[in-house]
Amino acid sequence: MGKRVLLIEDEPNIIEAISFILSRDGWDVATHSNGHDAMEAVRVRHPDVVILDVMLPGRSGYDILNEIRADAETQTLPVLMLTARGQVKDREMAEEAGASMFMTKPFSNADVLNAVKELVA
Amino acid sequence: MAQDGMVGSRIRERRVAAGQRQAQLAKAVGISASYLNLIEHNKRRIGGKLLLDIATELGVDYAQLNEGAEANLVASLRYAAAEYPDVAAEMDRIEEFAGRFPGWARLIAEGQEAVQRLQRTAETLSDRMSHDPYLAASMHEVLSMVTAIHSTATILHEDQDIAPDWRRRFVRNINEDSQRLSDSAQALVRFLDGGADAADQSGSPQHEVDQFLQHHNYHFPQLESLEQTPDTLVAAAPELKSASARAQTRGLLRQYERDAQALDLNVLQDALGQEGLDPATIANRLNVPIGLVLRRLAVLPEDQQPKPLGFVVCDAAGTLLFRREVKGFVAPKFSAACAKWPVFEALTRPAQPIRRTIEVPGRDQEQFDCFAVSEAISTPSFDQPTLYHSYMLVVPRDARVTSPLLVGASCRVCPRQKCEGRHTPSVLIEGI
Repeated sequence: MGKRVLLIEDEPNIIEAISFILSRDGWDVATHSNGHDAMEAVRVRHPDVVILDVMLPGRSGYDILNEIRADAETQTLPVLMLTARGQVKDREMAEEAGASMFMTKPFSNADVLNAVKELVA
Repeated sequence: MAQDGMVGSRIRERRVAAGQRQAQLAKAVGISASYLNLIEHNKRRIGGKLLLDIATELGVDYAQLNEGAEANLVASLRYAAAEYPDVAAEMDRIEEFAGRFPGWARLIAEGQEAVQRLQRTAETLSDRMSHDPYLAASMHEVLSMVTAIHSTATILHEDQDIAPDWRRRFVRNINEDSQRLSDSAQALVRFLDGGADAADQSGSPQHEVDQFLQHHNYHFPQLESLEQTPDTLVAAAPELKSASARAQTRGLLRQYERDAQALDLNVLQDALGQEGLDPATIANRLNVPIGLVLRRLAVLPEDQQPKPLGFVVCDAAGTLLFRREVKGFVAPKFSAACAKWPVFEALTRPAQPIRRTIEVPGRDQEQFDCFAVSEAISTPSFDQPTLYHSYMLVVPRDARVTSPLLVGASCRVCPRQKCEGRHTPSVLIEGI
């Protein structure tokens, strides 16, 4: 079994596409589609890397990331943040919240795959 | 208008433009060429019949020479110079410049005004782009659809050996996302193309409410006379398209109806005539709450107001519930208003009237007297927090004060460099 990726994203067809390309590359992909209990999913699934959308129903990706960084068990977990906004301040917010990497939609499949590989290398 | 001391320069400029020699014009109006030379160099004052004769001879209006069509021009040049202090324009020769080179001066003034117009457009668009929740959600939707289609199409293109069931699934996904993208894009275009002046159109419920109130000039005689009810007024308002706008307007009109019954506008006018525009004194005289006086002053018909009045209402969360702008005082439509507005200060001291003189940034740096007070809108209880609304009447000042409270409209479009209240960078300082 490959390394575990937890994809937290609310768009079902983006979930399907990213899951496909990661699974095809040998990753063990779990998905979660809302912000409310995303932290619970992180704790239960013990992923090696998290792909986290910023705009989620119920809770923002920034809030979830803050909680990941505040938890001793997950504070070093690599997190790739995805957002539909690409302004400098969004990147700064992601960095301040502790994102390991930041990617703006629309992104290419290859970029996502390379980013995930880089984060767990 | 008094002479600005540059009449001679204007005479000279007009004479040269008319192709006349100094001696020729002097002779025509019965003075010596040397005396005209002194006049043209602003070393002799001129007026009365001689100026009229010169104007007639040059074929221009007397007023044009005496007052100068440049009065506004000079003001515009002063403003342009103040905007670019590093250029070190010769301020002491500004009138001479406008008089001698009116074309070039107009070009500078026009350029400055064009910059101002663009700046205002940028302020509006930036405010809208940054804070309009509908626009933000629409953009997110469009970008998410593009991402899904792009990602799925790449899989289909690059993986020729993909299993048939996956292929069917992805083709179906692309089809669904394409439809959603098309719908989202069309909705976005409709939203952005909502009017001739797209920069000022929002399509939001708040915008509908504002339009409705403006359409009625904030005054509803039908509610004053009880001939109609808030419900019938709202039902007959085509501009209130959304349920949210109708509900919001009903709430405002019900407050209006209660106020109208509590304080007749004729009574208020009488008190206004006796006491002047002093809300606290009027409230004491009539033995009514100050908030009521502020609300009733704000809905006086324009021709009955002692001067144009602005008014804002906010709740304890700082949300602006009502805005009536007055020239120079702008209430942001989407973003949070300036935290220094007295209407917010009033929330920190419920029922305590607050009077502040504020100065807003901009070309004229206008000053306003603000009368603010917050009052409970819910029944006090030991078990529930009391809810407050805060009211602020905005009155343009005639005379300036030297130490006003410096405020803005909202951080995003405020040029003030050092402000402890700033929470968002300004597009006027740092760009969009």
